[in-house]
Amino acid sequence: MNQVLKPNSFRAGPDEDGRFGIYGGRFVAETLMPLILDLQDEWNKAKTDPTFQAELQHLGTHYIGRPSPMYFAERLTAELGGAKIYFKRDELNHTGSHKINNCIGQILLAKRMGKKRIIAETGAGQHGVASATVAARFGLPCVVYMGATDVERQAPNVFRMKLLGAEVIPVTSGNGTLKDAMNEALRDWVTNVEDTYYIIGTAAGPHPYPEMVREFQSVIGKEAREQMMEAEGRLPDMLVAAVGGGSNAIGLFHPFLDDESVRIVGVEAGGKGLDGEEHCASLTAGRPGVLHGNRTYLLQDDDGQIKEGHSISAGLDYPGIGPEHSWLRDVGRVEYVPIKDDEALAAFQMLTRTEGIIPALEPSHALAEVIKRAPTMDKEQIILMNLCGRGDKDIFTVGKLLGMGL
Amino acid sequence: MTARMDKRFADLKAEGRPALITYFMGGDPDFETSLGIMKALPEAGADVIELGMPFSDPMADGPAIQMAGFRALAGGQTLAKTLDLAREFRKGDQATPIVLMGYYNPIYSFGVDRFLDEALKAGIDGLIVVDLPPEMDDELCLPAIAKDINFIRLATPTTDEKRLPTVLRNTSGFVYYVSMNGITGSALPDLSQIAGAVNRIKAHTDLPVCVGFGVKTADHAKAIGAAADGVVVGSAIVAQVAGSLDANDQATSHTISAVSTLVRGLATGVRAARLVAAE
Repeated sequence: MNQVLKPNSFRAGPDEDGRFGIYGGRFVAETLMPLILDLQDEWNKAKTDPTFQAELQHLGTHYIGRPSPMYFAERLTAELGGAKIYFKRDELNHTGSHKINNCIGQILLAKRMGKKRIIAETGAGQHGVASATVAARFGLPCVVYMGATDVERQAPNVFRMKLLGAEVIPVTSGNGTLKDAMNEALRDWVTNVEDTYYIIGTAAGPHPYPEMVREFQSVIGKEAREQMMEAEGRLPDMLVAAVGGGSNAIGLFHPFLDDESVRIVGVEAGGKGLDGEEHCASLTAGRPGVLHGNRTYLLQDDDGQIKEGHSISAGLDYPGIGPEHSWLRDVGRVEYVPIKDDEALAAFQMLTRTEGIIPALEPSHALAEVIKRAPTMDKEQIILMNLCGRGDKDIFTVGKLLGMGL
Repeated sequence: MTARMDKRFADLKAEGRPALITYFMGGDPDFETSLGIMKALPEAGADVIELGMPFSDPMADGPAIQMAGFRALAGGQTLAKTLDLAREFRKGDQATPIVLMGYYNPIYSFGVDRFLDEALKAGIDGLIVVDLPPEMDDELCLPAIAKDINFIRLATPTTDEKRLPTVLRNTSGFVYYVSMNGITGSALPDLSQIAGAVNRIKAHTDLPVCVGFGVKTADHAKAIGAAADGVVVGSAIVAQVAGSLDANDQATSHTISAVSTLVRGLATGVRAARLVAAE
């Protein structure tokens, strides 16, 4: 069932029912369906509305700080002694990660739809901060659901959200991580469906979210493509990005999917290793199932109960993945590999010391894969990695792991 | 089987009273106790049984049903065991319709065809799968109808005139009107609104319209029963189970009787409903 014929284009999905092959769809309670259909209508109009696009672009330039730079990591390249390594520096965006690209787009939609209240789920807190930020910018009240475990390990972001005026609700059910936060956000949405807009933070959930979030994040890949042509006069040989839900990765990958010469690698959270239960590598170790509005690869037991994942990185701590990634895996266009906690931590330290950049733990996973691959490639070859978030939020976690008192 | 469901509603119509539809969670807190609860329901006055299939991520359920599901899973409940519950129950009761209620992933994981075959053999009459709206009918609804299992749809306050025909299109057995937006176990809304909504749905279908979400007492059951063809009670029953457990969430000698007592009271309310309507 997972064998799919190679399509004419890898960029055509989803179909009108929100499907990427067998993945995606609209698996939601009836209460939400009329709203999901409204959102789809509004999104279809906004996509081609020059006013909407102009506003998005204006805020992108003046509020987020786009385009983000593309940076040649000279010292890291020399240290690894192989392919040239470039970073797309979305960690320099306002709020410190790629999440703001999507939040600005979605709050403009919320405004068009006349919604009065914003809700969001968050894992690492980056999406929560970005949602709280745009809610403040547009004067709307914002409620952020965050797993109780994550509230503890991402305290600086919790504080930032509160400063921005958002209400942060710790979710104690399950393991208290991103999956549980998403359940609770969905419960809020079903209850307050009339006036509330739910800003989903990743390229997952019911149609049209996966497509919509991808489109808002594709600015990463579009810019990077132009910047690479300018810097090197050609496309990169390899793209690498971390995948939790997969929004930064699909944002970088999508504009390159039909370029056959570009190898594409998505990096999952391998946690403490795939031989045990403590990881979040749904594409490598999971199987297709239905959760949070879409069909996709999930970590689940024999009875179809969803497992709790584990990752050092709260942003990758999710047992599912955006549906487009599931499809890209099955058709073989993108290769997905796991990176373990300790490998990500070592990469985090290496980048900090060689380039003076403190990366978030999420892109540290992508970096660990780059560190493995670059030395095996020619010096003329080019790797482009999405450095999708900065590590300020993670310094306490890392400090604890390295035994450094703070 | 659709015949058992249709006969039950036809008989109740002849009797001139609404149905009492009782939800409980399969396997909560353990298989044997929940089988005991299931067997006790018809005798206490339940006309239709909704058998909950526990799921790790019950996105449309409030705390009471969430906790019931987690207790069941902790007690080792699986979809196969939930079907076993129905099979055991059917040995002693051929008349009471059973509706399985839950989320899609455990069914998808089990395999849709295999699930429907096993469900038929176990004496299941209908399915309510919360996260399968009409847009997803190819997944389970149409295969279920082809095997003569009712697919019961939820209509909600957000289901407007434009959407209602879509919701009703492949619905059979009865229509489950969720009387408010939100999760299970929330507060009961205005009764006159409920009556209006039931009449609005009835203008589009001949199926019985049953109302749930928020019914806790015999008085609620009586009031809603005056306006609807059936009253669904879920969270209150599940809370009754929870209240009867020991400190380790294990069943006690009065777990089953606690449920029976509540259901007996609700049944009195339902049986008095049309007397109110006639006043």
